[in-house]
Amino acid sequence: MDNTGDGITGSASGKEAGSTLARIPDHLAPWWKRALLNWESMLLLVAATIFMINSFASPYFLDPWNLSDATFNFTEKAMIAFAMALLIISGEIDLSVASIIALVSTAMGFAAQLGVGIPGLVFVAMCVGLLCGAFNGFLVTIMGLPSIVVTIGTMSLFRGISYIVLGDQAYTEYPADLSYFGQGYVWWVISFELVLFLVTALIFGILLHKTRFGRTVTMIGNNPTGALYSGIRVKRVKFILFLLTGVMSAVAAICLTSRLGSTRPSIAFGWELEIVTIVVLGGVNILGGSGTIPGVVIAAFVLGMVTFGFGLLNVPGIMMSIFVGLLLILVIALPRIWARLASG
Amino acid sequence: MIKRLLTSRELILAVAILALIALIALKFPAFIETSNLLDAFNDTSPLIILALGQMVVILTRCIDLSVAANLALTGMIVAMINTQFPAVPVPLLIIVAIIAGSLMGALNGLLTWKLDIPPIVVTLGTMTIFRGLVFVLSEGQWINAHEMSASFKAFPRNEFLNLPVLSWFAIIIALLVIVMVSRTSLGRAFYAVGGNPNAAVYAGIDVGRTQFLAFTISGALAGLTGYLWVSRYAVAYVDIAGGFELDVVAACVIGGISIAGGVGTVAGAFLGAIFLGVIKNALPVIGISPFAQLAISGAAIIIAVAFNASYRNTKGRLILKHDEAVNG
Repeated sequence: MDNTGDGITGSASGKEAGSTLARIPDHLAPWWKRALLNWESMLLLVAATIFMINSFASPYFLDPWNLSDATFNFTEKAMIAFAMALLIISGEIDLSVASIIALVSTAMGFAAQLGVGIPGLVFVAMCVGLLCGAFNGFLVTIMGLPSIVVTIGTMSLFRGISYIVLGDQAYTEYPADLSYFGQGYVWWVISFELVLFLVTALIFGILLHKTRFGRTVTMIGNNPTGALYSGIRVKRVKFILFLLTGVMSAVAAICLTSRLGSTRPSIAFGWELEIVTIVVLGGVNILGGSGTIPGVVIAAFVLGMVTFGFGLLNVPGIMMSIFVGLLLILVIALPRIWARLASG
Repeated sequence: MIKRLLTSRELILAVAILALIALIALKFPAFIETSNLLDAFNDTSPLIILALGQMVVILTRCIDLSVAANLALTGMIVAMINTQFPAVPVPLLIIVAIIAGSLMGALNGLLTWKLDIPPIVVTLGTMTIFRGLVFVLSEGQWINAHEMSASFKAFPRNEFLNLPVLSWFAIIIALLVIVMVSRTSLGRAFYAVGGNPNAAVYAGIDVGRTQFLAFTISGALAGLTGYLWVSRYAVAYVDIAGGFELDVVAACVIGGISIAGGVGTVAGAFLGAIFLGVIKNALPVIGISPFAQLAISGAAIIIAVAFNASYRNTKGRLILKHDEAVNG
């Protein structure tokens, strides 16, 4: 995925990557070439193709309400994917996001049983999300532990707490008005979730591409030591990113709980895979250092459309997960194979 | 000095396990009856075998999250062969399981080696692919005890010197891995690659190839466990050993295998698995809901990895190591 970088970011994996120092061009390609031949444009092409295939494959696809339903396949995951994108760009990862959803949803269900109102439920959800993010952030930045293992641990810990609380039971008693977050429509077929998705996309896009904070995130991913010596508080930035991921997981949990109207400990099981896949499909370098929010938005659309298309064709859910797994590997593998062939 | 440091690490764990058993025995004396402890060991054997494979992978700075899915797929393959062709002898099925498992491991290894894709991403992907393939293969059906042949189910339960074959597998594989890591050049290469990949290259070790072989070994052991698991529990379906990869990683981390690579012993992985096994077997005895298991595994991973890190820092290990951990 060197297309988004300048080719000299190299590999941060600590391995002897063969392509560390690619050719550095002495001039930029013409603007139209850069605009057309980048990851996001290619992805847009893929999205358009899938859209067309779907509309030919099923006569029901082009119905506005059907399309509106299709957006629910990705809005919640994509909201987390934005925060995850920043985290991966900074060189960390959070595999516990789906488990944060489970814990947040369980806390909401617990509070709802005590008769807490909707503002209270949202408050509880946000607090639990923040706490989970802070816990991950504490272990990674202050204790200095590798984020992969930490979040594998918290992945079982957070969901494990849900299992302790709920066992084989479920919370189903929620205030009726809570359903607006996951089932409400702002205008015609435009759902509340879709609006929330677009707003968060805008916020994260501005945060990553237009603020100093966003630049530091990219810089940390490219060269953590260099960033540290440039006076950037690397640990603090990473801690904030873990908090953000926790908060976005809580937002997604509110939407999902509201949409399903119930909480089981197995809620959102396996979502971390799809979220990481959206991020990587969106052109974010899995080793950190580069990536864009528009890419992630388009990737979310692509994955959502494919899921929906499979659904229309009655493909079982587990086949879908094979597809996601394959996609995750192919999206990373193909550009590398391509680069290897191109360099001879 | 390093040797003393490592032995003491295993010693701490061994003492912790004994203390845990003693604590349980205070309230429930029946827990320390030999037969119960042997049963607990037998229950833990699949975890031990998988943890030994995972250890080799983690030593080379990789991680294999696909082991449980590999187990499920291999288990389904051998169970289906058994139901279709009951005449196929068990040893042949074991060989099939090991080959199938090592092919899956080799796929992980190839993607890591030849395409330089981070192992966490590779195995996260193959984890779902393998698990999905179980569904494709079985069409979502279960294979139940009555469909399997008697010898298929009996093999891991056969007793030899008062110990079931399943337990013997764990012991023999532990011994084989000890010999491999301490007496073969490949075993030393695992440590070299994880300890300092750059130095390993200059020492003439092919880093990628070593990682590939580590994945293949892990896959082969997962395949073997696939047969043992399915035959012991006498059932094969899509979700067997779901989430078990987390326990396997937990066992390694508890055993002091450094996730940064290059540090860890067979005894550590073995004891780490035993530690989790004792907890799992004790939970129902002391009346804690089995639903608590997931949280306990998670907490154990976090505590162990924090403990490992503080252990390293206080002993002032190589400064370079820290630098590499930051960059990696």
